Amino acid sequence: MSRERAINLLLAGLLLSVPLAALALGELFYITLATRMAILALAAVGLNFALGLGGLVSFGHAAFFGIGGYVAGIFSSHAFNQTPLFSWPFEFFGSDQMPAIWLAAMLISALIALPIGAISLRTAGVYFIMITLAFAQMIYYFAISWPAYGGEDGLSIVVRNGFPGVNTAVPLIFFLVCYVLLLAALALFALVRDSRFGAALQAGRQNETRLAAVGIAPFRIRLAAFTISAAITGLAGALLADLNRFVSPSMLSWQMSGELIVLIILGGTGRLFGPVAGAMLFVLFEFVLGGLTERWQFFLGLILLGVVLFARGGLIGVLAGKARHG
Amino acid sequence: MAEPVLSIRDLRKSFGALKATDGVSLDLRPGEIHALIGPNGAGKTTLIHQIAGGITPDSGEVVFLGEDIGALGVAARARRGLGRSFQISSLAPEFSALRNVMLAVQSRQGSSFRFFRPVMKDRSLTEPAMAMLERTGLAARANVPAAELSHGERRQLEIAIALALGPRAFLLDEPMAGMGPEGSRALTAFLDGLRHEAPILLVEHDMDAVFALADRISVLVYGRVIATGTVDEVRGDAEVRRAYLGERP
Ligand SMILES: Nc1ncnc2c1ncn2[C@@H]1O[C@H](COP(=O)(O)OP(=O)(O)OP(=O)(O)O)[C@@H](O)[C@H]1O
Ligand SMILES: [Mg+2]
Repeated sequence: MSRERAINLLLAGLLLSVPLAALALGELFYITLATRMAILALAAVGLNFALGLGGLVSFGHAAFFGIGGYVAGIFSSHAFNQTPLFSWPFEFFGSDQMPAIWLAAMLISALIALPIGAISLRTAGVYFIMITLAFAQMIYYFAISWPAYGGEDGLSIVVRNGFPGVNTAVPLIFFLVCYVLLLAALALFALVRDSRFGAALQAGRQNETRLAAVGIAPFRIRLAAFTISAAITGLAGALLADLNRFVSPSMLSWQMSGELIVLIILGGTGRLFGPVAGAMLFVLFEFVLGGLTERWQFFLGLILLGVVLFARGGLIGVLAGKARHG
Repeated sequence: MAEPVLSIRDLRKSFGALKATDGVSLDLRPGEIHALIGPNGAGKTTLIHQIAGGITPDSGEVVFLGEDIGALGVAARARRGLGRSFQISSLAPEFSALRNVMLAVQSRQGSSFRFFRPVMKDRSLTEPAMAMLERTGLAARANVPAAELSHGERRQLEIAIALALGPRAFLLDEPMAGMGPEGSRALTAFLDGLRHEAPILLVEHDMDAVFALADRISVLVYGRVIATGTVDEVRGDAEVRRAYLGERP
């Protein structure tokens, strides 16, 4: 077993053990903390497709995170109030079932990512960062000024949405739902990374001239990656809304986009478990430092600076060494 | 005479006031090595880029296998069968030599939209790629990241990648650059056989190699072709001697 794989297993085990220990000690709050870690990790696994494999620094992934959240909020509020979400071509009353919400969150995120990607990917570097940010800000302001779903105040989810056969109101069960989805997304990431598509995507990050010279046009590969990436981040957004039973425009904010990038850099860009390591560290800092000082973000900044200057590969890079590609 | 594989008609490209390509026409015929020589800054690389699609000419056409490919992008031209190597090696630095070649094999096989099967376990990719590394003498270095290869090995890898595309024509921009006498001789012998797989448009400063290999030579000076002909014709051309071979009349 490679060292990286051992570390990955350890991290997966650690994340799973937090809520179990919390349950044993009767400290239910820690289950919520671990669930938050799993959800942020899932969102960052999504971003890692674009950022880690493709080198596409999207500063707008909060858009998809928030869209996923709003899908959960809007679907459940219509289901709860029995008001139709739309009545043509058929009457649709939303849904309070997670599988339906997840599917919709992923589809809608992907559908919105497609045109955003198609436009943003015409540019590169700083322009790409700025255009993705601009699109996300448009969606943010749209949400703020849309009174039907709470505008600035956000939208509450009265009862956490359900999943067939289990009681999602039980914190540990909801954690496990999120955890399984995280593992599934990680498995997908590993598959795609090692596939032909992944090879083209990573080659495009390393040297786009080379990719084109062998006859593979970078644009379509990147657009597909951006779209997949958005769908997974959207799924995570739906879960966060269910965790908090609340969704607000802050999920769409540029700070949120930045946090997702920070998670990945902390954990290790492009590494399978980079987002997991990053999310665990981030939530831990938020909790521990946030308990000590209101200015915890300042210290987070210092830590990030340290990582960027001295540990480019993030936590996984420090623990497992440089990435190897076959 | 057989139809040319590649023909360039009155190509023009200016960078501001500089005419980098000034009405260039030339042919690449089946089975030939056509050398393109000329002093530094003559516009050789710029011409190669216009054929490969990286630079759009201001006017003129590029006809490849009977088709005007002027509107196609770099990737589409490569898929049509233009295999090129870069003057300054351009590789995926983190990927091993093998994976760099596999990328070309993958492209040649068709769609890259396959998401699940691991490439390293796909023998339809690894075997042809390995064969190309063997042909170019890089087999022992297959698993070394491109960034860690020596300069000469990177040049060889460029050729291996171009070969793996199974191209209908090669565009090689100074493949010998920085190879050393040993490497140049080996590569000269290799290219000599390669012309029968696909004709080669060869940009090269190494005159020993050019005179040994070329069926025809075109001399480019200030963006213009001042002479085209066999090795002997070009060697005997007074203007060429003045402009390029550096002799006084
Ligand atoms: N993108 C560009 N913008 C402006 N000028 C350029 C550009 N690319 C090339 N040039 C100029 O065009 C001229 C031709 O350059 P090119 O690289 O094609 O020469 P070359 O014949 O390949 O030279 P060398 O033998 O040194 O490789 C040079 O004067 C160069 O400075
Ligand atoms: Mg040149």
